[in-house]
Amino acid sequence: MLSFVLRRLGQSGVLVLIMSILVFVGMYVVSDPVAVLASDDFTEEDRIALASELGVDRPLMVQYFSFLSNMVRGDFGTSFVYNKPVLPLIVERLPATLEVAFLAIGIGLCVGVPLGIYSGLNRKRKSTKTISFLTTVGYSIPNFWQALLLILVFAVWLKVLPASGRGDTTMLFGIELSFFNVDGLRHMLLPAINLAIYKICMQTRLARSGTQEVMFQDYMTFARAKGIPRPRLIRRHLLRNIMIPIVTITGLELGGLIAFSTVTETVFSWPGIGKLLLDSIHHADRPVVVAYLILIVMMFVVINFVVDVLYALLDPRIRYT
Amino acid sequence: METAVEHTMTPKPDKPEPTMWERFRKVFKGHPMAIAGLIGVTLFILTAVFAPFIAPQNPYDLAKLDILDGLLPPGSRLYDGTYSAMGTDALGRDILSGVMYGLRISLFVAFTAVLVGSTIGVLLGLLAALRGGWVETIIMRAVDLKISFPGILLALMLLAIFGTGVDKVIYALIIGAWASKARLVRAVALSEMKKEYIDAARLAGLSDFRIMTRFLLPNSISPVLVVLPMSISGAIGAEATLSFLGVGVPITEPSLGLLIANGNDYLLSGKWWISIFPGAVLVAMVLCINVVSDRLRDHANPYLRAKD
Repeated sequence: MLSFVLRRLGQSGVLVLIMSILVFVGMYVVSDPVAVLASDDFTEEDRIALASELGVDRPLMVQYFSFLSNMVRGDFGTSFVYNKPVLPLIVERLPATLEVAFLAIGIGLCVGVPLGIYSGLNRKRKSTKTISFLTTVGYSIPNFWQALLLILVFAVWLKVLPASGRGDTTMLFGIELSFFNVDGLRHMLLPAINLAIYKICMQTRLARSGTQEVMFQDYMTFARAKGIPRPRLIRRHLLRNIMIPIVTITGLELGGLIAFSTVTETVFSWPGIGKLLLDSIHHADRPVVVAYLILIVMMFVVINFVVDVLYALLDPRIRYT
Repeated sequence: METAVEHTMTPKPDKPEPTMWERFRKVFKGHPMAIAGLIGVTLFILTAVFAPFIAPQNPYDLAKLDILDGLLPPGSRLYDGTYSAMGTDALGRDILSGVMYGLRISLFVAFTAVLVGSTIGVLLGLLAALRGGWVETIIMRAVDLKISFPGILLALMLLAIFGTGVDKVIYALIIGAWASKARLVRAVALSEMKKEYIDAARLAGLSDFRIMTRFLLPNSISPVLVVLPMSISGAIGAEATLSFLGVGVPITEPSLGLLIANGNDYLLSGKWWISIFPGAVLVAMVLCINVVSDRLRDHANPYLRAKD
């Protein structure tokens, strides 16, 4: 087991290295930072001075290693636009993104799982067909257009929920949160629903296929034969068994959710890391884009690593040597 | 003994191979939703192809636009006496015409990217299965790397590096499309590799390339064909998302996503038609493709087919 963890850790390290080379090559070699930063009236001398100030006149290997060593020390440079160190800039926006992501997962589980169990238990009913069609529709509507529809209906026509911004926040342990604040929650609702619709569709399908499989298992037949009442059968025997894959996949999809939050945050002007990334791309704020990409890669590597190790621990059938 | 040999050698004359049309009918017969989806997809493709002939207006022709026609709601009468079914945008462009021309760009980008990406993926998958060893390791590691990363983020990253434009979006979507096909085709090709006809081809001294294209490819391609529609609808959505975010196609070639973005600024003032109509067409198209795709997948699933 230890050797598996070590080997897997080594693989993750190699992965981060490869990605750092790709990002470095993309950001510093393919597009020339001097050309981006220099204004039109720059003479050739000014350009050379700027290049040496940025350090881009050094050999590529030297540049890469100084990029890498700065990164390891947590120094991602200074944002051109905000004129602040990049790392705190990203970290201070992280709570806003995570807050919406977790609310979306919560909504997804609370709506998707019951719908899925209902569909799995009543396969022939008309309402099941409707649910199944609705999940296809939900999958087919692009995230950003859903967001526009939500704004149009709830903010423009009904005027019940705000269309953009974060609203009031409450300080908790030094972190600004919208969750414990009525105005904050109202602002959070539309972005969270926007992210949740896709989750609801996914979890409905997962819960439905899980239910169909579990209901035919011998232990379910046995439990029914013992005379266990139906509500208890569903809660204790069905729900517990179908939740394992649902929780696993939801955890794995956390990264995808944060990736999609770039779209949602942009439409709703929600001040999280996704909107920061897109603004930075538009303003050619290179240090922020680089830091965001490296951090996201590391997050994915950590999630995948944890999931693999947990699988190895939980499932004795998987033998890693 | 001789009769037995004859029996295995000659195909049964009373049961001819089903033709393409018969197989096609078998997939869709008794599934009205899937047929409706198929008709929808056909209509969208025809509209895109013939847009210059059927659109009420050429949205690229600035001389035809009139600023007095700006921001009219659906069904309004334009300055030149014609009617606009879906209203007009701020420049007086007819939304319906914009949508028809936008369909061309959306479909062109998605089809090109998925076809090129899938071809690359299929070839790499076959190569991995055929060669094994370090070739397979490198290809499959690259597939794992790609699949562990969300597509939209990868595309954003590439567009941030290489800049925007129709060609750049296509490249980004190609990179998004190849990996899953490589994995799929390799899995099928590996089981095909164990069969005797491959050994026979090897013994006959055929080159790897010939075995790959003439023997392995036709026998391993069908699962990829089944997921192709899903890929295309995904690419349409991805392109729309990127263009909406302003990192996709340029304003000179507005796809559906860019048309929706143009209307975004007017949404809060209640001028909904500029964004909502292109979006509704986008959703309808993606939905039609997905319904057809669901049917193809169910048909390809032997467990479900037995219950049909």
